[in-house]
Amino acid sequence: MLTIKNLHAGLEEEDKKILKGVDLEVKAGEVHAIMGPNGSGKSTLSYVLAGRDGYDVTEGSVEMNGSELLDLEPEERAAAGLFLAFQYPVEIPGVGNMTFLRTALNAQRKARGEEELNAADFLRMLREKAKALDISQEMLKRPVNVGFSGGEKKRNEILQMAVLEPKMCILDETDSGLDVDAMKLVAQGVNALRGKDRAFLVITHYQRLLDHIVPDVVHIMAEGRIIKTGGPELALEVEHNGYADILKSVA
Amino acid sequence: MAVPALKLDGAQTLLAAAPEPSGEASWARSVRQAAARRLAERGAPVRRDEYWRYTDPQSLTCQPPVAAAPFENDEAPLFGGADRLKLVFVDGVFSRELSDPVELEGIEIQPLSEALSTDIHWARELFGVLEARGQTPVDRPMAALNTARATEGFAIRVHGRPGKPVNFVYLHEDALSDAMVHNIVRVEAGADFTLLENGPAAARFNKVLEVDVADDGAFHHVRAQGRDHERRAVTGTFARLGARSTFKSFTLTVNGRLTRNECVVEFTGDDGIAHVAGACVGEGDFRHDDTVFVTHDAVNCESRQVFKKVLRSGAMGIFQGKILVKPDAQKTDGYQISQGLLLDDDSQFLAKPELEIYADDVACSHGSTCGAVDETLLFYLRSRGVSRGEAEELLVLAFLDEAIAEIEDPALADDIRARLAAWLARRRR
Repeated sequence: MLTIKNLHAGLEEEDKKILKGVDLEVKAGEVHAIMGPNGSGKSTLSYVLAGRDGYDVTEGSVEMNGSELLDLEPEERAAAGLFLAFQYPVEIPGVGNMTFLRTALNAQRKARGEEELNAADFLRMLREKAKALDISQEMLKRPVNVGFSGGEKKRNEILQMAVLEPKMCILDETDSGLDVDAMKLVAQGVNALRGKDRAFLVITHYQRLLDHIVPDVVHIMAEGRIIKTGGPELALEVEHNGYADILKSVA
Repeated sequence: MAVPALKLDGAQTLLAAAPEPSGEASWARSVRQAAARRLAERGAPVRRDEYWRYTDPQSLTCQPPVAAAPFENDEAPLFGGADRLKLVFVDGVFSRELSDPVELEGIEIQPLSEALSTDIHWARELFGVLEARGQTPVDRPMAALNTARATEGFAIRVHGRPGKPVNFVYLHEDALSDAMVHNIVRVEAGADFTLLENGPAAARFNKVLEVDVADDGAFHHVRAQGRDHERRAVTGTFARLGARSTFKSFTLTVNGRLTRNECVVEFTGDDGIAHVAGACVGEGDFRHDDTVFVTHDAVNCESRQVFKKVLRSGAMGIFQGKILVKPDAQKTDGYQISQGLLLDDDSQFLAKPELEIYADDVACSHGSTCGAVDETLLFYLRSRGVSRGEAEELLVLAFLDEAIAEIEDPALADDIRARLAAWLARRRR
């Protein structure tokens, strides 16, 4: 599904390397978690994959389902099946949540040569998916994320994921700012989307999200590289001992 | 200070260029003569005038006008879906053939020339009266010219709630037309009226609207100035508000070489509400100027000015907005926001917000911003599969929506939104 090879990247404006040779392979049907201390490059990796401006890729490649991801515009990556659930979902005053979702879905369908969904079918589908995430009609009518609580914003991200049905989902610290109940709701939403044709890359600081979204593989990232890879037990090790031991052991 | 000869000569040229109306009642004649005197004494507008510093009036005053080709398009007319009394002007001249019969239950309506030829008390108390009041403290010479010379337009008196709005449709056919229209509307106590206006009108258009809203009356105004690229327009809206009355005016402007919209509002009764809003989208050789003056001379009135301009490829947007709160206008709630969205480095937005407050128990706020499309928002939309062009359109529409949301009737607001979206999408293709 996603193959990252020797990825080096940094901020355009600063002469500072953030990613220093990331190698990662995520197969269809798998859930991978990336953990790591602050400043290890986790969020940068998610932004570089989604195509945000301001990052300079100096070396390496990223292949998604056979196409070179880094050559594509952000909207082309989305149409190819990539989705990033943002750590800080932005508020868009004046753009209705429903309008936004429908525009996005139809833009992707159009880009893939599929027929656009009519208003009635879209509404039916949206209502069903919103209900599962406990997102009210009122939230659908409001401008995107405006006046939403932290938890509502994250649920709204998962709703977008459910509507757009991407192949490769990246969740950037989706658990940050969530209380236990909200985290369960988000995890349920993610688990409902798990399937043999879809893969997840879950970026998180804490093990607790991984109690709810159980990963197949856990990676530890530090100083811009994956330094250790293992099973779910690796996350527990971090939870108990912190990162220091692992950093020391690979140093 | 002596008025410069350039301004005085300019006024004579303007007055000489349009024929003096004849055959009207003596009261109307004296109103016209007084207006001509106002213009002759204070002079034509020139770039050196404080309120014309950002908009050169030369192309509004030059003789003859600069030619402007009518813009051919196959769009369905705006407000076509609304149940309305449609009154059509072609190059500023009323056309009975193209219009609905001039009658509507709940209003008295007649062509201005008829109203000025008889002795109608309410018209006497309105025609040229609000325009004259609006000349202090800032000169509005083009409006004075209009009162002195315009013969086209309608006089409307509203009782109760007419079942539908009146829609003035201004068609433009002649590339050299130089039109003047003057409408007066008296909304009687407790009455509620909606006026729609749309169309490019003429190569050069000088329009005045005087609106007198009596106690507990409501006046709603939705206007879309036509899309002709080369047209020029100067408009003056003068409103006087009685106690507990409402005045809401929204203007959409897309294209046009030069547009100067002046709006002068005066609260004379307590507890009134006035919202003046504008949304404009222009590119290239486009200059759009909103000049607003709201005077609070009564207690507990609320005024809002909301102006949004989207500019690209060298377009220029101007906002001059003033709130004047007189000493007795306690509990005034005044608000003013003007914002420019610049889609490239070539465009400009100039704002001159002014507050002048003589009462001590008031809340007045104003803000003005100017900036580019937010890249963070753009990326968020694109990361969901929306193309850059479409994402920018969504953000442009969102930016303008605060002004459009000032339209009280949701169907009319949606009509404006849909039209704007279609225009933007058409541009992208």
